[in-house]
Amino acid sequence: MELAISVIVGLMILGALYAIHAKDLLSAVIASGIVGYGLVICFLLLKAPDLAIVQIVVETITLIIMVAVVFDSSREESFSKPDTQGYVSAITAVFLIIVLFYFFKISVSALDVFGESTLRMAGPYIEGATEKTGSANLVTGVVFDFRGYDTLGEATVLVTAVLGVLTILRLKGKK
Amino acid sequence: MIVYWLCFILFLVGLYGVITRRNLVKIAISLSIMEFSTFLFFALVGYIDGGVAPIVDPADPVKVYVDPLPQALVLTAIVIGLATTSMLMAVIIRLYRKYGTFDIREIKNLRG
Repeated sequence: MELAISVIVGLMILGALYAIHAKDLLSAVIASGIVGYGLVICFLLLKAPDLAIVQIVVETITLIIMVAVVFDSSREESFSKPDTQGYVSAITAVFLIIVLFYFFKISVSALDVFGESTLRMAGPYIEGATEKTGSANLVTGVVFDFRGYDTLGEATVLVTAVLGVLTILRLKGKK
Repeated sequence: MIVYWLCFILFLVGLYGVITRRNLVKIAISLSIMEFSTFLFFALVGYIDGGVAPIVDPADPVKVYVDPLPQALVLTAIVIGLATTSMLMAVIIRLYRKYGTFDIREIKNLRG
């Protein structure tokens, strides 16, 4: 199982690298689809069917929005010579990556070995969940019953985002 | 353990893209790549070998389920990720209509 997921995550890394280096913006958007749909397969292998369903819908909608934006433009990424600012940001990126690598190396040793995690928080959620929530699906039980207020907050964020998009797209910009 | 490292490398690829790219669409793509790696990490932490998907079967109640809590958290995060991405694309398309380019440095120079 670990091997299969490693192979798919490796392909996702290749797709991500191509996406951020592609010349044509349309191929960059399509290559970012590799990452999203690879994630769907990973979720299926990790026994998370709810996540896979939601992710496949969300990824499709994201791709449609991005393709619509890219088609509305010139699509070509203008080539430019590397300048001082470019070198500065590259050095910043390398520095940040080294720092994060160090801290991840420390923190990954505190995690359980892959596939042997213990149910620290979810024990009471699983214990008699069907009687408590009336839902056979434990994820639904957690989302809509035990953590219902989280879902309420999520709905608020969604409404705010919709209002934001409407406001941004409706206003006339200054010429 | 190698899966955790690969997932972290995917995150770093996204971070590198956000810092070094100049094109707004590519910055949005890199941000969503970082998001996806975080979702994958949560799902990996909750996985148990030999576990089944957390759906209760009344006929056979004694089973090992994978951890449903990270899955519930990621379910919320995926939908919020869609909201933030679509809002980002709305801002990007407004900027393109106004300045005629996706390049952040050119937009900075055109200002004022």
